Amino acid sequence: MNPSATDKPAASTMAVDDAKVEVISLYKAEKKIYPRAVSGWFRNWRWALIWLTQLVFYGMPWLSWNGRQSVLFDLGSRRFYIFELVLYPQDFIYLTALLLISAYALFLFTAVAGRLWCGYACPQTVYTEIYMWVEQKFEGDRAARMKLDAAPWSFEKLWRKGGKQFVWIAIGLWTGLTFVGYFTPIKTLLAEAMTLSFGPWEWFWVLFYGFATYGNAGYMREQVCKYMCPYARFQSAMFDKDTLIITYDTERGEPRGSRSRKADPKVAGLGSCIDCTLCVQVCPTGIDIRNGLQYECIGCAACIDVCDGVMDKMGYERGLIRYDTQHAMAQKLTRKQMFMRMLRPRVMVYTAILIVVSAALVLSIALRTPFKVDVVRDRASLARLVDDGYIENVYRLQIMNATETPQRYTVQVEGLDGLALSETPPVLTLGPAEARWISLAAKLSPDAAQAMGAGAKPIRFVIERLPDQQEAARRLVEKSTFIVPR
Amino acid sequence: MSDFISSGWALFVAAATILGLVFCVVILLIASRRKVMANDNTTGHVWDEDLKELNNPLPRWWMGLFVLTIVFAALYLFLYPGLGTHAGSLKWSSQGQYEAEQAKAKQALDTVYADFAKQPVEVLAKDAKAMGIGERLFANNCAGCHGSDAKGSKGFPNLTDTDWLYGGDHPTIVKTIVEGRQGAMPALAAAVGSADDVRNLANYVLSLSGAVHDPKAAAEGQPKFAVCAACHGADGKGMQALGAPNLTDKVWLHGAGEQAIVAMITKGKNNVMPAHASRLSAEQIHVLAAYVWNLSPRGAAATN
Repeated sequence: MNPSATDKPAASTMAVDDAKVEVISLYKAEKKIYPRAVSGWFRNWRWALIWLTQLVFYGMPWLSWNGRQSVLFDLGSRRFYIFELVLYPQDFIYLTALLLISAYALFLFTAVAGRLWCGYACPQTVYTEIYMWVEQKFEGDRAARMKLDAAPWSFEKLWRKGGKQFVWIAIGLWTGLTFVGYFTPIKTLLAEAMTLSFGPWEWFWVLFYGFATYGNAGYMREQVCKYMCPYARFQSAMFDKDTLIITYDTERGEPRGSRSRKADPKVAGLGSCIDCTLCVQVCPTGIDIRNGLQYECIGCAACIDVCDGVMDKMGYERGLIRYDTQHAMAQKLTRKQMFMRMLRPRVMVYTAILIVVSAALVLSIALRTPFKVDVVRDRASLARLVDDGYIENVYRLQIMNATETPQRYTVQVEGLDGLALSETPPVLTLGPAEARWISLAAKLSPDAAQAMGAGAKPIRFVIERLPDQQEAARRLVEKSTFIVPR
Repeated sequence: MSDFISSGWALFVAAATILGLVFCVVILLIASRRKVMANDNTTGHVWDEDLKELNNPLPRWWMGLFVLTIVFAALYLFLYPGLGTHAGSLKWSSQGQYEAEQAKAKQALDTVYADFAKQPVEVLAKDAKAMGIGERLFANNCAGCHGSDAKGSKGFPNLTDTDWLYGGDHPTIVKTIVEGRQGAMPALAAAVGSADDVRNLANYVLSLSGAVHDPKAAAEGQPKFAVCAACHGADGKGMQALGAPNLTDKVWLHGAGEQAIVAMITKGKNNVMPAHASRLSAEQIHVLAAYVWNLSPRGAAATN
């Protein structure tokens, strides 16, 4: 509910005969929100996370590793470099694990403390915060910004607005460049940027991503959360009565009203809320938290920070607006009891799944064989007779070196008595991150074939990577079949 | 071009598409204003005792996006095919796009092949890049029958030995790939005689390559070889002009041993290598043939 548009008193006793019919428009221009700057504990956490996430995002492409960019998703050659790891399309399963981890982490945080992601880590929040900081530096805080917007154009308004736009666009373009820098080496990209010689797709993505950053963080802001973001929609499904949400303590706060700092509210018959509306002014989505939990609330806790400040000034206890749970409010639980309820089944299950999937991911990456093999039987010629009655089957092996150093490999075949490779292949040397197809024939002695009869027999190819300076030998076993003709 | 059995359907589809767009516009306009009871922001719908539906407005920019999609649709239908048989002012078609991309790919390849086309086979065989291309062409077009190691199997010749049915020099290999080959061995049981005659002849053929055979039967069968000599030569060394195999070596394309040879004489064989002129360009075949030529042990390839 948007208070400005919908706060009409409910006409419950309205008689039908004096009901007036009016025409309303179902499309309306949104009111611009001027959030007031805030300082405090939660705001510091948010800025800590902004620093953390943005240092990672803007900084990572500039780090080098093994003589290349530390994190690079090379779509052209289908190699994903992440520090020591080199991932291939075959490693796509890791992305599944990553998505699972992300999803369950989200479920867990949301079940425990509501929209933590939205309030502290979501790019929409983070970039909006950065853009608002720039806006503040140029145009001043809430009141000054409102005044400036209402004022006629003047030189001062021009340089303030112009300066803000310039910095906004610069941040947007730099963000776009950084984003593309994860796919095209960023140093190359920067050199290209200097001469404006991007490729067509690079142009598109730099500008698109830059424009999206500028548009979303500069202009769309809370509209993204309110109308576009699907996550904001299904968030409430992850809440329960023990979820920490930002709540206004109605019992303590009401009846609200202004009073002198010296007056005893009990005598005046007032609650703790002095109705200063600062909580409404700092809210980035423009809601009044005192109306209870609303879907627009992104859980940024700006209202908690500002209200605690007011309570300090008034000499009242903090926490008129605080993180609390519906259960704790209803049953008057102590903080300790409330935190004990965090250990409820839902949270435990999320945590367990999260730990299992994370452990599985870490383990499987640690135990990953640094090369891959595909065995493909020749399809048309099932089997052939060669000299001395031997039966031969032909296979193609694709061997892929998943390390960044040259490696040597040997191939053997096993699984049937009397089965051997027709020609012992020489030791294969594959360059860094190289993949190669080789053809092999395996042959079976006539006696063995006679003994086992016709049909498809299971066999195994054993591919061994010879030890290099860093690591011992590793082997892979790939199954295939050997066909003995009638 | 037309996917429609009559112009009526094309008109029907076009009309339905345009009406759909108009419908979107109408809905947008209808929903823009609404008569409500003053002082009541609900639609009057209530669920579960207290769950009310409100008449909260949509943000205007969201409606703007809706308008944009309608504009986009109109533009798209003007530029691209979508309204029945209307081809669109850009004259785009998937067929045209395919051809354009093919032409582009061909152009890129032409520059690569242009150099190779000028070079003789001996030079190409030493060129790693050409041999790499040859290997991939072979894997895509030949390996299905001849095996990915080119050693063939029953009925499909081995290309890595020195035994060539039609000849192993580069121009002959090119001809084989371009035109294909029809290897025909007629059924000759009637010409040879009784079943015993056929068996004796088969033993004689076995004796030519020094394979295991019954010497007595071979001696009996020798005169009958006149029937075979027309194609395989008096000495049984084959004839490359006809693609008649050499019977004196150890290569048995259609199976070794008395039984296989008896079956061959009795029933004959039609063996086909398909023509590839329509699948591969002359330049591709030039490189591919060089690759095949290079599979044979050098020096012996052209002599046998």
